[in-house]
Amino acid sequence: MALSGIQIYKLLPQTNCKECGFPTCLAFAMKLAAKQVELSSCPYVSEASKAQLEESAAPPIRLITLKSNGYEVKVGNEVVLYRHEKTFYNKSGLFVKLHTSQIENALIEETRRINQYQVNYVGMDLEVDGIAVEDDTHDPAKMKAAVTAIRSVSKKPLILISSAVDVLEAGLSQLSGETPLVCCANSTNWEKFAELAGKYKAILAIESDKIDEFVELTEKIKSKGIEDLVLIPNGKNLGHNLILQTQIRRAAIKANLRALGYPTLAFCSSPVEAAQAITKYAGFVVLDEFAAELIYSLLVLRQNIYTDPQKPIQVQPGLYEINNPKENDPVLVTTNFSITYFSVANEVEGSGLPAWLLVADAEGMSVLTAWAAGKFDADRIAKAVKSTNVTDKLSKHLLILPGSVAVLSGEVEAELPDWEIRVGPREAVDIPKFYKLALQVN
Amino acid sequence: MPVEIPKDKWPGSVRTVTIGALPKDGGTRKCTVTVGGETTMPFLHYEGEIPNRPVVAIEIMDRQPDDWSPLLAEAWKDVMDDPAKWAVAAEQAGADLLVLELSLNNRNGEPTTPDEAVSAVKSVLAASGLPLIVFGPGQAEADNALLVPISEATKGERIVLGICEDKNYRTIVATAMANDHLVSARTAMDVNLAKQLNILISDMGLPLDRILMDPTTGALGYGIEYGFSVMERLRLAALQGDKMTQLPMIVTPGYEAWKIKESKVGEGVPETWGDWLNRAINWETLTAITLLESGADVLVLRHPESVKRVKRAIDELMSAKELV
Ligand code: SF4
Repeated sequence: MALSGIQIYKLLPQTNCKECGFPTCLAFAMKLAAKQVELSSCPYVSEASKAQLEESAAPPIRLITLKSNGYEVKVGNEVVLYRHEKTFYNKSGLFVKLHTSQIENALIEETRRINQYQVNYVGMDLEVDGIAVEDDTHDPAKMKAAVTAIRSVSKKPLILISSAVDVLEAGLSQLSGETPLVCCANSTNWEKFAELAGKYKAILAIESDKIDEFVELTEKIKSKGIEDLVLIPNGKNLGHNLILQTQIRRAAIKANLRALGYPTLAFCSSPVEAAQAITKYAGFVVLDEFAAELIYSLLVLRQNIYTDPQKPIQVQPGLYEINNPKENDPVLVTTNFSITYFSVANEVEGSGLPAWLLVADAEGMSVLTAWAAGKFDADRIAKAVKSTNVTDKLSKHLLILPGSVAVLSGEVEAELPDWEIRVGPREAVDIPKFYKLALQVN
Repeated sequence: MPVEIPKDKWPGSVRTVTIGALPKDGGTRKCTVTVGGETTMPFLHYEGEIPNRPVVAIEIMDRQPDDWSPLLAEAWKDVMDDPAKWAVAAEQAGADLLVLELSLNNRNGEPTTPDEAVSAVKSVLAASGLPLIVFGPGQAEADNALLVPISEATKGERIVLGICEDKNYRTIVATAMANDHLVSARTAMDVNLAKQLNILISDMGLPLDRILMDPTTGALGYGIEYGFSVMERLRLAALQGDKMTQLPMIVTPGYEAWKIKESKVGEGVPETWGDWLNRAINWETLTAITLLESGADVLVLRHPESVKRVKRAIDELMSAKELV
């Protein structure tokens, strides 16, 4: 948490020597609090004060970066509990868990599926961030073989899970130049785990179901020089996990408790657990299995929750061509909310039928929301028609309104006397059917 | 050394609302459902009270729906053309209460008549003892035409009447007041609109403990983040003491999730979307869970498997009280 000018002043030499360019230490402290000057301008700050000031300037939740050859997963650096207060910044890293007991071919096959998986959502290609390997054989050779097998088909970042240091080391030895994550350290093994993480420059995750224990462990491990830590609140059920995640996030952000100022990781064995982990603060989400339909829904949820609430995702208003429309093809009207635009555009495209898509400027709102807010009315639709000169481009003037604003058709007719106005379906998913039934018969 | 975890102390709390009336209170229900009463954000048992668990309603219709996903038809099979049978099946599937939605048009494609609507409601009340919510077709005029006679024919049952919007709230609220019912006040994903409608309704004299608010939401992938944040803001405002936001929230993840392509369509979709049935159930469940975590008190669902999953989640979220 940022210190106030007065708090900073107390850490300065208080000699008013003016070398920083300010008449008093207090003036300098005020500027420092406002982040308008650098601490280095004062040559006389003690090392202890410097450390304290730097610490206070650090983000409340440490930024952790998992790295592999060509990939990076950044989590942490969050500043709020509720996304509307600002935004959630670094999307939860989504990992799928494999096991050292799996035979090589199966490992390679599954890694390939995970690695290749890519799904398009509102114009963005989303994918899984990495792979977790869990030791269920207690055999270092198996861990080494598993990591080698995975690395033969995927370069995505790895999480290695074992209770045995030698097993983890066998895996880490195959990952030089990378920053993987190892887990799980606990109150009995933490010293050896900290040593290992130090030796391989790995990120270390600590598991517990008690907040006090986390604090104790992070402080001990930090004193060994390991600072890149992740917490795994391992509650007894969904509700317990929600509370532990919330307490950690809150202590870090509201009380600036450094010992809990780390991102968290959640092992999830059901879709519900994974969904909660995404909405409620997990930095890493590790899934028990790979299923396309589950990955898709979670990637979408993550995208939604981490959208900046201050910036609705919009597309450029204007006239879009889909499937090479000609001058006698219909014009479909919608708004510039990107989810709306992509739902409509995907349906029209998928139908294979040509159309003009007229995207009105509705300030990035969906059709119904914009209509309720007065941002998508006959006036705005007419403006969109006029500003794109679509009337001159076409020989046939057929305008299709979204079904949910059927009430506007009269007013739109009045605004656009040269156009035939028709009402389309309420939902984008019904556009192909409507198109084939209602429009092709003409 | 024990760590001091910062706790939020809230001056306000959510109102308690009871749906349905027992015979001794002038109704015919075999049980009632009470929601609300929270003095903290969802499921944070360590800093406040959550006296009533969120509940799951199953949505049924007055006749075989025209445009529901075939997956839902598979799940409910032949009960779908009889609201009474459907109500019984929904009760067996674990519903805490029922939502009966009226169609705009009847089987013959003509506008549903008040008589048809009333008899559908009565058959559901006779078949199941669960508390009931009745949603009109969602067009202000049709809603008024059907809900008023229903309200009169079921006086004293403490049914929740919806949809009560800024366009028709006067009619719905007046009939709810006259016949001892409740209303579900729907606004379009906006904190101020929600507050405003609650003010208008309570200005007419309907006590606040007879109003649920429906802030509406989008499905996962279709704007859920707006609903999520509006609900968090409404709940925070309630806890801060803003009286006109202190109402339990009802949301319709079933309706939202089942109207979009991911759930409705099985063929001609990208392979990366995975298995259709699992995807659709995931979509409904994840939409519901996300809203549950942002403050929903009543979740209206459609698929029995989603009901099971969401109820299990509620069990776990509520039982964590014993763990802290
Ligand atoms: S240089 Fe440092 S000690 Fe001198 S006035 Fe500035 S802040 Fe104070």
